[in-house]
Amino acid sequence: MRYGGNTTCIEIRTDNNELLILDAGTGLFPLSQSLLSEMPVTANILITHSHWDHIQGLPFFIPNFIPGNTLRLHGGFDPVTGKGIEQVMAVQMQYSFFPVREEEMKARLEYITLTPNIPHRIGSATITPCLLNHPVIDFGYRIDCNGKSVFFTGDHEPPYNIYPCDDRGYGEYQTFVDDRNAAIHDAMRNVDVLIADCSYTTAEYPSKRGWGHGTFASSIACAKAANAKILFCTHHEPLRSDAALEQVFQEALIESSSLCNGLDVQLAREGLTYEF
Amino acid sequence: MQPELAQKLAHAVDSMPAFPKSVQKVIELTRNVDCTPKALVDVIELDPVITVKILRVANSAHYNLPKQVTSLGHAIVYLGFNTVKNLSLSIAAIGVLPKTNTADFDIQKYLIHSLSTATIAKRLAALSRQADPMDCFIAGLLHDFGKIVLLQFMPIEFKMALTVCKTDNIPFNAALIGTAGVDHALVGAMLAEKWRFSAELVTTIRHQRVDDLQDTGMTACVFAANQISKKLEIGFGGNHLFDEFPPSVKARLGGTLDESVALLGDMDSIIAESTLLAQL
Repeated sequence: MRYGGNTTCIEIRTDNNELLILDAGTGLFPLSQSLLSEMPVTANILITHSHWDHIQGLPFFIPNFIPGNTLRLHGGFDPVTGKGIEQVMAVQMQYSFFPVREEEMKARLEYITLTPNIPHRIGSATITPCLLNHPVIDFGYRIDCNGKSVFFTGDHEPPYNIYPCDDRGYGEYQTFVDDRNAAIHDAMRNVDVLIADCSYTTAEYPSKRGWGHGTFASSIACAKAANAKILFCTHHEPLRSDAALEQVFQEALIESSSLCNGLDVQLAREGLTYEF
Repeated sequence: MQPELAQKLAHAVDSMPAFPKSVQKVIELTRNVDCTPKALVDVIELDPVITVKILRVANSAHYNLPKQVTSLGHAIVYLGFNTVKNLSLSIAAIGVLPKTNTADFDIQKYLIHSLSTATIAKRLAALSRQADPMDCFIAGLLHDFGKIVLLQFMPIEFKMALTVCKTDNIPFNAALIGTAGVDHALVGAMLAEKWRFSAELVTTIRHQRVDDLQDTGMTACVFAANQISKKLEIGFGGNHLFDEFPPSVKARLGGTLDESVALLGDMDSIIAESTLLAQL
């Protein structure tokens, strides 16, 4: 295995060994197996958004079935259903879809619905959610701890103008877009590590516009604008083979070479550990 | 306003249906996965109920946005187009305002009055440079929002006010205070404030009567547009009386009501635009 096929799940450990988990995709299952040796576990899971590939590992998080463990699920409020983050667990644990009901879980489950731009403390870390752009409400998370920082976008397509250039609404909308992108760059400002959605290439993007995903080029530009030190490109397009992924990545580096000076850009892969 | 009534009205808005034509169009457009954001925005920004509900979500404490969202475009850039699309679809699913109601109030004519006030307010703002034109459009669209809330939830009192307004030849708001104990300006402003709409918008809705005007650019544009719409009888918002411009509005817009009408020029196009928008 070179890059892996699990969906989004990133483990973060603070200097105090507090456990934070960014998203609960299928990668949560292998991660949960690795936690069995350090029980009792207090897992702070931060959900970027409620799409399946970011939550479907939750029912299979083994510590949930063992007394003494705690799962704290953090995420945003969904305006369409009017529900908080508890919804992502409740939907998946309906009896028709999973044999164990939420009430039967042995671990302590807690739900914390977060608000954008309001910092939230988890142990020694400070988490600041930032509203990003995806078909559902999507939070990017900035984690600051002991002078070190990480930002994870979840799925994110940089906001774009919905009007054609010659439309009367174009100018005003563009000011909103520019303000939004500037605010997003500010939220990521000077992070040590940026982990960003790089689903597509620039050539693929026009046919995927509005799907809520970024490109290698958009994420490199974002990393540069925010003065990030290292960018991990993630959310690999599932139809790409490992070889194809490496090829488009190399092409993207050449395409954005003028921005890559002083910026370390790497492909994220399953099992990769980065310590700083 | 009694706190119980305020709570009842705020709560009741959740179940309030939108205007028939926009609901029909929202459903039609959202059936197509390739529906462009612009096409949908063009529809929902003309419906006061959908607009109010989307602005309410965008301005809610859940998202703690750095500044008040005052237009649909602004809401989309924060919440994302798909969220706005699905919000408008769930609002559409509540149903439509009935064409007839127990108060015998013509909601189609109400919509034309609101849209013409919005269109004129936008043009006056652009001409006078007293306020942001798109913010004035939204304020014009929503200036009478309190009326449809009262129409929905206090139809008997609303109907009595319509009659009293006509028979006693008094302004509709005065008639409403007599029958319902509260007027649409207070209801609309109370809701707008509760939903954290911009202070300017709240002020414009709250202080829309000639004897209660606040001297702001937006208030001047929306008040003037409201009077022009009433004088020219573009649609009908329940009030057949109009007021001449007081000195503060004259000063901001550089003239009287008639002079502003002359300045606006081609009124036929405004009337056609508002009627067309109301019919979609």
